[in-house]
Amino acid sequence: MEREKMHRLLRDMMLSRVFEERAAEEYQKGNIVGFLHLYPGEEAVAAGVINAAGPSDYIVSTYREHAHALVRGVPPRAVMAELFGRATGMSGGMGGSMHMFDRERRFMGGYGIVGETYPIAIGIGYAIALRALPESVICFFGDGAVNQGTFHESLNMAALWRLPVLFVCENNHYAIGTDIHRHSAVPEVYKRAAAYNIPAEKIDGMDVLKVYDATRHALDRIRRAGGPQFLEFETYRYRGHSMADPGAYRPPVEVKAYQVIDPLTIGAREIEFRYPTPAELAAVGPDNIARLTEHMISVGHLEEEEVAQIRKEVEAAVEDAVQFSLASPQPTMADAWQHLNSNRRHEQLLQA
Amino acid sequence: MTQELLYWQALNRALDVEMAADESVFVLGEDVGLYGGSYRVTEGLYAKYGEARVRDTPISENSFTGLGVGAAMVGMRPVVEIMTINFAMLALDSIVNGAAKIPFMSGGQFPMPLVIRVPGGVARQLAAQHAQRLESMFMNVPGLRVAVPSTPQDAYWQLRQAIASDEPVVLLEHEVLYFTKGPVDTMAEPPPMHQAAIRRAGKDLTLIGYSRTALQAQEAAAELARDGIEAEVIDLRSLNPIDWKTLSDSVNRTHRALVIEEDCRHAGAGAEIAASLAERCFFSLDAPVQRVAALDIPTPYNGALEAASIPRVADITAAARALLGPREKAAA
Ligand SMILES: Cc1ncc(C[n+]2csc(CCOP(=O)(O)OP(=O)(O)O)c2C)c(N)n1
Ligand SMILES: [Mg+2]
Repeated sequence: MEREKMHRLLRDMMLSRVFEERAAEEYQKGNIVGFLHLYPGEEAVAAGVINAAGPSDYIVSTYREHAHALVRGVPPRAVMAELFGRATGMSGGMGGSMHMFDRERRFMGGYGIVGETYPIAIGIGYAIALRALPESVICFFGDGAVNQGTFHESLNMAALWRLPVLFVCENNHYAIGTDIHRHSAVPEVYKRAAAYNIPAEKIDGMDVLKVYDATRHALDRIRRAGGPQFLEFETYRYRGHSMADPGAYRPPVEVKAYQVIDPLTIGAREIEFRYPTPAELAAVGPDNIARLTEHMISVGHLEEEEVAQIRKEVEAAVEDAVQFSLASPQPTMADAWQHLNSNRRHEQLLQA
Repeated sequence: MTQELLYWQALNRALDVEMAADESVFVLGEDVGLYGGSYRVTEGLYAKYGEARVRDTPISENSFTGLGVGAAMVGMRPVVEIMTINFAMLALDSIVNGAAKIPFMSGGQFPMPLVIRVPGGVARQLAAQHAQRLESMFMNVPGLRVAVPSTPQDAYWQLRQAIASDEPVVLLEHEVLYFTKGPVDTMAEPPPMHQAAIRRAGKDLTLIGYSRTALQAQEAAAELARDGIEAEVIDLRSLNPIDWKTLSDSVNRTHRALVIEEDCRHAGAGAEIAASLAERCFFSLDAPVQRVAALDIPTPYNGALEAASIPRVADITAAARALLGPREKAAA
């Protein structure tokens, strides 16, 4: 892979990490309220998958979607302002953390109901197929979400009608506090796709280069052959399920095994928040960001100093996003009614 | 024996007592076991009763609720926890087409001792898909009972009664009430599950609330009392059936009624109550029954807009004063 592309992946992952850690801080300050599901640990999936997509492809995501929006190119200002509930946010302050939309970038939403992304994705896929366009839909979901009936119903229709949908499972091994062996009879998620004759692969989701390649190939196959594809990425979230969840149900040894202090020492901050001390973690293998960094240095695509430089840049971007959000106006009730009735055109309803 | 308990603790205690007394009682839902429940209601039960009776389910609302229906048909007494009412939308088939209909359409052959516990209501900035009320949807289904406890005492009593009932009961628990505290008498004889409670006596108007709005109505009444307005406060406790006698007796005394609901105004619980009171109390009403309700809009994430979209105590006092009209001036 060329140097520029790798830099893009690294920058996206670092931006996502720094953004999410800052969001956690802003949550603790009270600038962000409600459910806040963070992404640290899983960055390689969003960065690899979405960078492999083209601008005409669609993204359908869950409530853990800030990084997906950032990687898709939504300015950090608009993502952060939505978390702050401001009028300048992606959804005008109406949706918040779980409901980010950007029509222009074909970012078709963050959805809060588990299992809701599949039907929407196949609907978009159906429209693409009807219009015979060279486009695809990327449908994200978690390991817990595959036990919803919509998973089976949608995979069946996608396969039956050869819809251009790439199903992407972000398998972080947990549905809130229930680990995959306690919620799924078949914990190898990708195997389920075989029931619908959908080609499926399981990929190391902590390795962004593998994620990127697998996604590119899957999208190629969709474009060439039509019909859905399925990728399962094994990954891990360092934090609890949301800011309301201390994540106490996970064995510390397991958390440790997936974590390290990466060159950014962002990992260390993450760990201090809830889990073992940074000292306890020093011995373990690299996380996704550290892995890419090391690889890039070893193949001569990255200098040590550049890491610090990128980090400075993404921190500045996130700081700017926070300042922008703080200075942004609150939406008004008139805005809210306007959004609700935005599709009413000029129809005048009878008023009391 | 009376103790101060939090609302979630009262529910927890009720489950514990029923599970200890009857082996056919079992609990299931997402993260109810090892994790102890999103709002701690099932805390400690997994250790005490084991995973078969405190079952962590996959995220499969329609099917695990349906599992509860099937088990109830053969004499078990399942208590299904649906993590929040928003996800109960996925289980409507099991609830509406199953639990509510089977006893009837089987010609009465099957009991349905099923309890469905659902946290709901507008909590704090959880946005449109996690801040719904929806009680009127369940009220509109014959065959379902709908209980709406506002106090730890009622939470304790009504959950126990729901488990003991052979009819399917939807227990709507309000998310902001879980950490409210109140006395719970575990020995006293409870009133019937559907009987309304007069929380405060008054002669000038009747404030009618349930779940969280029953507490807001009491706050509003206390405020109105400072201006010499004596509001009677009724906590409905049950939305299906509704205790019309307690309600109409009160309205026949006060001649004015104000219904407070957190659900959206259009076709909400308040519409049913106002219409029925108009039918029952028409000749003793001095003014049309009024409603304070949520705006007919999905809940905005933004905090100020969220707060403005649901009834506040100030909205209740303002509506009460408006309803009293010139009488208020006379009293002042
Ligand atoms: C239909 C539905 N049921 C339950 C929930 C509550 N809930 C939110 S996220 C979640 C776990 C989802 O796990 P998974 O699909 O693995 O995604 P992850 O959060 O791990 O990314 C649950 C149970 C919900 N939002 N929607
Ligand atoms: Mg998961």
